[in-house]
Amino acid sequence: MNLQPATLTKIDEVITHYPVKRSATLPLLHLIQEDVGYIPEEAITWIAEKLSIEPINVYEVVTFYPMFRRKPIGRRHIKVCRTLSCALMGGYKTCETFEKEFGTKLGETSADGEVTIEFVECLASCGTAPVVLIDDDLHEKVDCAKAKQLADQIKKEAAKRG
Amino acid sequence: MPAPEQRRIIFKHIDEPGYSNDLACYVKHGGYEILKKAVTRKPEELIDEVKKSGLRGRGGAGFPCGVKWGLVDRKSGKPIYLIVNADESEPGTFKDRYIIHQDPHQLIEGTMISCFANNVKQAYIYIRGEFPHGARILEKAIQEARDAGFVGKNICGTGYSCDIFVHRGAGAYICGEETGLIESLEGKRANPRIKPPYFPAVLGLYQCPTIVNNVETLCHVKYIAEVGGEAFAKIGTPNNTGTRIFCVSGHVQRPGYYEFPCGTITLGQLLNDVCGGPLPGRKFKAVIPGGSSAKILKFGERFKGKRKVGADMVDYDWGVEDVPMDFDSLGMIGTMGGSGGVIVMDDSVNMVEALANINAFYSHESCGQCTPCREGSLWMKKITTRMVHGQARTEDAALLKGVADQIPGRTICAFGEACSWPTQSFLAKFGDEFQGYAAAKPTKPAPAVPLI
Repeated sequence: MNLQPATLTKIDEVITHYPVKRSATLPLLHLIQEDVGYIPEEAITWIAEKLSIEPINVYEVVTFYPMFRRKPIGRRHIKVCRTLSCALMGGYKTCETFEKEFGTKLGETSADGEVTIEFVECLASCGTAPVVLIDDDLHEKVDCAKAKQLADQIKKEAAKRG
Repeated sequence: MPAPEQRRIIFKHIDEPGYSNDLACYVKHGGYEILKKAVTRKPEELIDEVKKSGLRGRGGAGFPCGVKWGLVDRKSGKPIYLIVNADESEPGTFKDRYIIHQDPHQLIEGTMISCFANNVKQAYIYIRGEFPHGARILEKAIQEARDAGFVGKNICGTGYSCDIFVHRGAGAYICGEETGLIESLEGKRANPRIKPPYFPAVLGLYQCPTIVNNVETLCHVKYIAEVGGEAFAKIGTPNNTGTRIFCVSGHVQRPGYYEFPCGTITLGQLLNDVCGGPLPGRKFKAVIPGGSSAKILKFGERFKGKRKVGADMVDYDWGVEDVPMDFDSLGMIGTMGGSGGVIVMDDSVNMVEALANINAFYSHESCGQCTPCREGSLWMKKITTRMVHGQARTEDAALLKGVADQIPGRTICAFGEACSWPTQSFLAKFGDEFQGYAAAKPTKPAPAVPLI
């Protein structure tokens, strides 16, 4: 696990935010996941050592919170809201559109490694349903036509990158 | 009767053209003036104003904020912490998102006033993991406020110091429960704590006295510090003071957020006049008035009883449209105002499918420490999903009720109630649809909009 210097600086800074080091478990997991792309096995022991806690203390946190993942995912992460308000406005169809466009299934990564599609629970933007979070950006009122547009854009960006 | 005018206090600048989320813009609009005045007053006076205001928490439970502050153990000698609950995750609720993204300094000012009033030296904003931009916006805003002397050391030159840090969650709904949130902030699984003894006001973060307030609640505190508790209490109705932000989603013409004085608007006015009524050719069927945990209301049902108006007891006979949208009225008819999330379903919705969607949510989000909740929410999901995607049986309705009835009151936190109320209320009000689902299913066309 080779963390970037900037990540290491942020890690040392964030630990100072708390009177008890263990509180930095979630922030450290976020920082490592943002840097590495997922939480590798060695990150768990590394964090435990850094915070003077047992590896199990970190492991139980990783397995509890849905946002932490143990395996790499596609370059782009598409999270479609599954909960009621979005479902009422067609969220399941939106998700199907993404699956079809990238030829992959919920929870899986497309063959070219470009996207991972997931259902997530309420994203707190129910008034503009259905909503989709692509990486860090929220997209609102994503009906099937807009989902197709977003998929085309992702494909275009992927092609440009080559 | 036409709907009253919106009165935007908390959402005054939301969506205002040209209004940006930086310090300069906030200060230009009079920002931090209230904090500057507040820190020259006695902290007890500020607590008193909040008590007089009658402000009730906007996160879901509607607990009086002044009472919550009054319960804080100030004699222990331990530091007092304040945590801003920005975990906004109750399905149907989307108000805090706009405050955080568009007007973060309003929240920071409200937080600092509350910290000063309660002699807090360290505050945390616990923001849900799915708001990555929100977290960055808050961090930037806090740094701006720190540089300007509104946060951090020696605030406004008074010698009082208090810092704020942003702490990100990671996708767990239960972190909105205050003791689960505290566990999470301590770096653990968000398993809620048992009360007693772990009342946050006494044994909260790091076993120190802790105040946990919702984002919107703290913005109201800022307004109370500005106008005074008595003036605030004149907005809305007795015991339901101030304004309330309603988040309307689902099957209406104009979903969105609307701010009204508490109790001055009925559900019918909100849905028909403000939100433009049902979609073309459809009729309202059901509405969940306070986030997905609130019990569902069925259009056509009536509520009768006696209620207090001033000093008198008067009879009421309401349809769903007539119910005033305040904590007490919604409580009287067996549901709740909760977090202000109003989810509307029209006659295109099958209630078995809608419940299956909700049950999948609660099953996913149960923290798992109490057996009735962990197993009950899972089985309610399994049964309703099987009804939709597999074989439905006439006796499923009774089976579901049997499971749901065994959860509430038998769990450490209120999630037990939250996950069983949808099933209980859907069955109580749409029982026929559940019993008839098995018979209707073979001829029923596939839904145009799948819900599960």
